[in-house]
Amino acid sequence: MKRQMLLAAGIALAATSAQADVIAPDDVVMNEYGEIAESLTGQPGDPARGLEILVSRSEGNCIACHQATALEEYPWHGEVGPSFDGVGARWDEAALRGIIVNADNMFPDSVMPSFYRVSGYTRPGNAFTGNAPEGPLDPLLSAQDVEDVVAFLMTLTEY
Amino acid sequence: MTNKVLLGSVSAAIFAVAAAGIGLADIRTGASLVINGEIPIVTETEPPEFLQDVFPEIYSGWVFRTDETRAMEEDDFDNPGMLYVEQGIEAFNTVMGTEGNSCASCHDAPESLANVRPTYPQWDEAHGEVQTVEMQIIECQTERMGAEPYGYDSQQMRNMASLIASVGRGQPVNVAIDGPAAETWEAGREIYYTQFGQLEMSCADCHERNYGNLIRADHLSQGQINGFPTYRLKNANVNSVHNRFRGCIRDTRGETFAVGSPEFIALELYVASRGNGLSVEGPSVRN
Ligand code: HEC
Ligand code: HEC
Repeated sequence: MKRQMLLAAGIALAATSAQADVIAPDDVVMNEYGEIAESLTGQPGDPARGLEILVSRSEGNCIACHQATALEEYPWHGEVGPSFDGVGARWDEAALRGIIVNADNMFPDSVMPSFYRVSGYTRPGNAFTGNAPEGPLDPLLSAQDVEDVVAFLMTLTEY
Repeated sequence: MTNKVLLGSVSAAIFAVAAAGIGLADIRTGASLVINGEIPIVTETEPPEFLQDVFPEIYSGWVFRTDETRAMEEDDFDNPGMLYVEQGIEAFNTVMGTEGNSCASCHDAPESLANVRPTYPQWDEAHGEVQTVEMQIIECQTERMGAEPYGYDSQQMRNMASLIASVGRGQPVNVAIDGPAAETWEAGREIYYTQFGQLEMSCADCHERNYGNLIRADHLSQGQINGFPTYRLKNANVNSVHNRFRGCIRDTRGETFAVGSPEFIALELYVASRGNGLSVEGPSVRN
């Protein structure tokens, strides 16, 4: 009984500190190579959730541009970016986080969108309406989404 | 991460990018399109001079479509876009406005306008601006017919624009980009290479750097406008150039420009010029 209560308290504490520790898009710090060493949330990423984000059209929609053998059962894979096969062997976690947060730092003039950025855009819209935004922009993915996607990509070590 | 490791991963990335490359193998070139057995259409040719370092070849959107979609353009009876041309012919011969004129009063038959689609947008001396086919139609309606002008992207306008394209089919696109049009052309080029929206993508990101590649289930073309108006299977109607531009900018999660805006007029001139040498093909069929 006592142990259970302690556990519950511990979980509540973790939840509040997780909130407080989230790094806002404009506060993300990158090194000169465009890498981000620190987790955006202080929480580990969940690879299973990362997979969902990657293949979901309304979330990452990453496979619109990238092919991945491990994700073959999910339609449709694009050819605009490189294949994800072996991506977790080519890059470490800090580099992957950097690419997803702001691909332009790693690949100047990249075709790839920046998924955790809210400023510096030319004529950003209100999602896919074609109209002007109604308020401040939300990043395309949340901080925890980015961590989850990184965690999944780290599992793709096979070519 | 040390410098050495970083360099290693960068070259791996470059290799991967090169391997992805442009999906040229997917472009089924070499086939030819002849409409009604009598109008040969140039669907691939040498790029205009200003694009010679960019493309080895320019392609009509037709090249990127399936056999079934391609075949619909071979015969006017199979091309649903021609139904809108029919409606355009009817409107062409109908008196509109206070002056008692129809288009035919001044232009005789639509065929007399065969040179319009290949050379528009073009500089209009009297108005001191670059004019699109739609602007010219509006000018005739307001200044010569005393008529209520068609809306820029209205069904009636798209019907009339389809008629005017259809009589120009087979002629090479040949818009002027020098002289007084040069400034507008520059403005259009600037827009073409601007990365818009929250996805930060330019026209060139999709249609210059990635033509031939799949983006999701869509096979990216060079984004040429020689086939406009296009009959799209998606909405079962003829579609204007500016409407297509709107859709593409909307897809970048961007705030688009308006149909008929100075930005889209400039962009239309620039994009048209990227297709100089391809045949006028509208109304074409696309998905
Ligand atoms: C609109 C196209 C597009 C989308 C959407 C996209 N990417 Fe990319 N991505 C690219 C391109 C293109 C590159 C290659 C670098 C370059 O040229 O900019 C790339 C490179 C990468 C790389 C480096 C790959 C390597 O093998 O070196 C990673 C990792 C990556 N993307 C992850 C993602 C993830 C995760 C998402 C979704 C959350 C995503 N991408 C969405 C186009 C895209
Ligand atoms: C996010 C990717 C993307 C961007 C950015 C984009 N387009 Fe497109 N565009 C497409 C897709 C997908 C299609 C349909 C397949 C095709 O014809 O390429 C298309 C089709 C077109 C077509 C029709 C071609 C035909 O033959 O029917 C034109 C014209 C065009 N785009 C012009 C533009 C211009 C101009 C811009 C910039 C304002 C632009 N596009 C930006 C994805 C894009």
